[in-house]
Amino acid sequence: MSPLDRIANVSVLKQHEVDKLYKVENKPIVSTSDQLCFLVRPRIKNMKYVADIVNADKAMGRSRKYKIIFSPQKFYICELVLEEEGIYGDVSCDEWAFYLLPLDEDLLSMELPEFFRDYFLEGDQRWISTVARALQLLNSLFGPFANTYGIGRCAKMVYEVWRELVEESEGDSQARRPEISHVFLMDRDVDYVTALCSQVVYEGLVDDTFRIKCGSVDFGPDVTSSDRSFKVLLNAQDKVFSEIRNEHFSNVFGFLSQKARNLQTQYDRRRGMDIKQMKNFVSQELKGLKQEHRLLSLHIGACESIMKKKTKQDFQELLKTEHSLLEGFDIRESTSYIEEHIDRQVSPSESLRLMCLLSVTENGLIPKDYRSLKTQYLQSYGPEHLLTFHNLKRIGLLTEQAPGETLTAVESKVSKLVTDRAAGKLTDAFNSLARKSNFRGISKKLGLVLERKGWLGLEEVVRLLNGNEFAPTEPVMEENPAWEAQRVILAVFLGGCTFSEISALRFLGKEKGYKFIFLTTAITSSARLMDAMLEAKV
Amino acid sequence: MAWNLKEDLRDCLVAAAPYGGPIALLKNNFRKEKSPGSRPLLEIYSASGVPLASVLWKSGQVVELGWTASEDLLCIQEDGTVLIYNLFCEFKRHFSMGNEVLQNHVREAKVFHTEYGTGVAILTGAHRFSLTTNIDDLKLRRMPEVPGLQKLPSCWAVLSQDRVTIILLAVGQDLYLLDNTSCSVVTPPGISPHAGAYVQMAVSFNYRYLALFTDTGSIWMGTSSLKEKLGEFNCDFRAPPRQMVWCTRPRSKQRAVVVAWDRRLLVAGNSKECIQFVLDEDSYLVPELDGVRIFSCTTHEFLHEIPEASEEIFKIASMAPGALLLEAQREYEKQSQKADEYLREIKDQNLLAEAVRQCIEAAGYEHEPETQKSLLRAASFGKCFLDKFPPESFVWMCRDLRVLNAIRDYQIGVPLTFAQYKQLTIEVLLDRLVLRRLYPLAIKICEYLRLSEFQGVSRILAHWACYKVQQKDKSDEEVAHAINQKLGDTPGISYSEIAARAYDCGRTELAIKLLEYEPRSGEQVPLLLKMKKSQLALNKAIESGDTDLVYTVVLHVKNELNRGTFFMTLQKQPVALSLYRQFCKHQELETLKDLYNQDDDHQELGNFHVHSSYSSEKRIEGRVAALQNAVDEYYKAKNEFAAKATEDQIKLLRMQRRLQDELDKPYIDYSLHDTVYNLILDGHHKRAEQLYRDFRIPDKRFWWLKISALAEREDWEEMEKFSKSKKSPIGYLPFVEICMKHHNRHEAKKYAARVTPEQRVKAHILVRELDQAADAAIEHKNENEMNLVLSKCTAATDSSVVEKINRAKAQTLKK
Repeated sequence: MSPLDRIANVSVLKQHEVDKLYKVENKPIVSTSDQLCFLVRPRIKNMKYVADIVNADKAMGRSRKYKIIFSPQKFYICELVLEEEGIYGDVSCDEWAFYLLPLDEDLLSMELPEFFRDYFLEGDQRWISTVARALQLLNSLFGPFANTYGIGRCAKMVYEVWRELVEESEGDSQARRPEISHVFLMDRDVDYVTALCSQVVYEGLVDDTFRIKCGSVDFGPDVTSSDRSFKVLLNAQDKVFSEIRNEHFSNVFGFLSQKARNLQTQYDRRRGMDIKQMKNFVSQELKGLKQEHRLLSLHIGACESIMKKKTKQDFQELLKTEHSLLEGFDIRESTSYIEEHIDRQVSPSESLRLMCLLSVTENGLIPKDYRSLKTQYLQSYGPEHLLTFHNLKRIGLLTEQAPGETLTAVESKVSKLVTDRAAGKLTDAFNSLARKSNFRGISKKLGLVLERKGWLGLEEVVRLLNGNEFAPTEPVMEENPAWEAQRVILAVFLGGCTFSEISALRFLGKEKGYKFIFLTTAITSSARLMDAMLEAKV
Repeated sequence: MAWNLKEDLRDCLVAAAPYGGPIALLKNNFRKEKSPGSRPLLEIYSASGVPLASVLWKSGQVVELGWTASEDLLCIQEDGTVLIYNLFCEFKRHFSMGNEVLQNHVREAKVFHTEYGTGVAILTGAHRFSLTTNIDDLKLRRMPEVPGLQKLPSCWAVLSQDRVTIILLAVGQDLYLLDNTSCSVVTPPGISPHAGAYVQMAVSFNYRYLALFTDTGSIWMGTSSLKEKLGEFNCDFRAPPRQMVWCTRPRSKQRAVVVAWDRRLLVAGNSKECIQFVLDEDSYLVPELDGVRIFSCTTHEFLHEIPEASEEIFKIASMAPGALLLEAQREYEKQSQKADEYLREIKDQNLLAEAVRQCIEAAGYEHEPETQKSLLRAASFGKCFLDKFPPESFVWMCRDLRVLNAIRDYQIGVPLTFAQYKQLTIEVLLDRLVLRRLYPLAIKICEYLRLSEFQGVSRILAHWACYKVQQKDKSDEEVAHAINQKLGDTPGISYSEIAARAYDCGRTELAIKLLEYEPRSGEQVPLLLKMKKSQLALNKAIESGDTDLVYTVVLHVKNELNRGTFFMTLQKQPVALSLYRQFCKHQELETLKDLYNQDDDHQELGNFHVHSSYSSEKRIEGRVAALQNAVDEYYKAKNEFAAKATEDQIKLLRMQRRLQDELDKPYIDYSLHDTVYNLILDGHHKRAEQLYRDFRIPDKRFWWLKISALAEREDWEEMEKFSKSKKSPIGYLPFVEICMKHHNRHEAKKYAARVTPEQRVKAHILVRELDQAADAAIEHKNENEMNLVLSKCTAATDSSVVEKINRAKAQTLKK
């Protein structure tokens, strides 16, 4: 499902006399329509695509009307490219200031997956102002933000641009009661570890396995156990899903079977009903039950499918390796596990993910491993990944340990705490929460999280961020001593966040009585992060 | 009049703008000999005759002057060129009325105002009309020819009907109507057949009425659609009048035409009678919305129909409520009891509210502050005896009158009537004051009327600042400082606009100084670019965090500077550099290379070549060459790993090519792993071995790869041979796994026997020999393994195994 589907699906578009929809990719368009409309991001690549189509039409002597709608805004560079390609006069342009797509009750996505590569790898700041405008939009809808905190360079820039927007529009906004009490801006690069780990909560696993697109997932024939595949919207509306989404995977199956039994008893109630009751049952409950039944069978199918896939790849082994990487022991063993992973060509992005996880947790690979793993990888997946490695090095995901800096994972975490100031602390909080919730189900160590909740608590973090020592980039607008009973906290992820992180914060929110709202540039996962770095053959 | 005119008005070309607008005079225009001493002189005065500016006319012969709706002066020259000057005789721009006009010369011209703006109509020497309805959006229209027109029409006028502009012209006794496409003859309804030839015509201010004057002295008045006659008047004067204009008031039933001869003024209306005035000097009539302004060398008067409210109050022996109220108030001031009588009389008729309303309204029509005051006082007095009389009308009238009196002052010289003021609106009035550079007055008015800062004070301050930067006698610092002092952070002020104005006056330094005050970087950049301050513009753009802006600057700078300097500039700005690189990646690959060369960025150059080796190069030779380049660059970058890897890739490519030629199968673009895999798959074991040696493929990988390929080939014999060639570096469990993957349990069992003891349980489970697995687990006394085996057991088939394990477990427990 694409963002456009969420807003105006094909049938709506058809009602408005859209003849056919095409994907923007390098394929010629075969259509007899005399008008073409392009809905694109303002990128040079897209402009060249449009130019190719227009020029092809010109060569064939066909005249059409062309309209380019830039979302969220038009860039000068695009017009320039159109001009250089000689089609500036043939197209008309428009802008669609689209910023936020609500995926769920507490989740807003900007649907900008390219943000991650653009900003963190290419150093392109084009989306900074876009995010700032999205913030401003929320600001104008829900009243001023009482407290804003940021971690990372990008967060700081977004904050500054946003402040400027606020100042510009000041005057036309009346003083309102702030509905959002805290805003946290986080750069993706302050914490790669969480994103690189395998996800173990149900929603994350579904994403890793089937790829959730725009809050909807395409369950294939192996899940639906029919020859058709189903599109399912995954959000809080789905009663079954909303109960299992944040659960550890190992709990999910049990839960689902319990649910199935409940459902059965509800169905069974109809035995021994008189006609009136039966009528009631059919008219009122049956539809809901049927619906629930359908969803239940889909999720059970999905679980089975995940199980099948995960056991095949020896999921437990994988988790064990990740676990030891995080804890910083058995490094050699893990390294050879990764090596085997590469040698057997399990999957290019999985192998890369493990290499990155090793590098991030170990503060860089030791030179020997660095060279040999890369060589292995090139032999397995092709030489063009030489450039992928360059990308990863630049972004800091896969690096070589500088001599004399052999730190254990624990030590490096400590050093991170020092250098990243409070940043590390907050993300570590998320980290360990995410991680603990990962293992929560397995080891029943739920107590561990609770035990440390004081440390995880927001007050602590706030205090840390407010302390002068830690707050060069953390602006404090005004301290609002009268806390609302239900604190609403907006967590903004610059560069994407994973479902596991969302689950972790939802969990934290439930524990502490906060309501978290998530604003992310896009939903990401380890595979998506890696894909963004890949330098693939075109 | 404050002016000191030596010339007769009739010797000058005169134009006066409506709404109390300025007066322009062009002196000496009609002299034929053009000696330098007698050049025409263009002078502009306020309506009160205060000189605003003058300039010696050096351009061509002027035919007509006229004012635009925004109070710019249009000077229409004989050659069809129209020059536009502002109130202060400063040249703004010019435009031409087209070639046809240029060739045939302008004989007559008229400036007119419609809802589209200010238009110009021209009658050429070829007796053709050309017109444009809006000089700001110039579209010339050539009107159709009048058939048989041999001489200039005796008179003509521009009409605007249903948003179409048409021309009415008279030739002798005939009237013609010219619209866009055709020319038609028309006859005014009810005109007497003996009326004679038309010599003058007048259209009312709102284009609704038309008056025609014939050479028999007859005046026909009717609607301008020529469908209805309103009246006719016969006067004794047959001479063509100098001017004829309508004098009516909006929404009034009375309509009158004012006709002026040299020394006579006649007001003719709907009755048999007319009013005549004697003119002592040359006079000039200016039609207004609600009357006629008449000015001469010494005086400036306003002729209008007395409004009903004023008439009621001031008519002799009037018993209208307003009149009584005014009287009552006067008696009250005299402390006379008559006040009560008058008041009682009004109140008895229940007309007090009406009386107050009349007094307020009448006050608006008065020009004398004393009269205004007495009327307002009366109104205020009357109000005391009324409950619930809404105060707004009174308050607003006081405010409006205060403003009107201020601008009517002769030094300001904008004699607006109340009706004109309301029609014009306060915003336009402020604009006009700004145009006259009366900034303090404009600001005072804004403050007095409590207009919002955004549309009021700050707008005026901005105008002031724009004017200020044009004062050349002050230094840049002084001006910038003065402007910032006054403007500060007033909302709605655009410093960049002011700076742009400064730059237009050639004061670049001042412009830069002013831009420093501009809080929005986005606004600073375009002007900085225009001023060729690209470095500064780039800094500002980057500061703004607006990628679009940075791109704009970068691409602008790229065209402006030579390549070397451009690259140097980018060096200092990493953000800009990375953006430009992205641009180059898509649009100018060669430039990208140059860019890296310039930086001696060998790493990126290497990457560049690698990228082109698989994206743009198609031939093997080209690809090898690109990779060779990459190798060189990587060595320069001291990146030995990358260099080695690339060298390997070259080797591989060459090898793949040879394989392709010899085996006639595609190998190119496979990774090393896939190449070897495919070789084995096709049974070329020798060649595979060679690659294995040449590329020093690690043993483990090779073994994995080989057994997978062999299994896929189902070459179990070869696999067995291979397994025995030497000790497996990956153990034998993978053999088991792979055989099982390809559903060959028989083969798998062979290898299951060979796995190391630690892996034996797993292997047996894999080949589904649970019994043996259980034995192995029990042998190892490993509870985990036992459980693993148990979990694989199903009660139906494997009960003996379960039993065995449970027994063993129980035993271990006992110990």
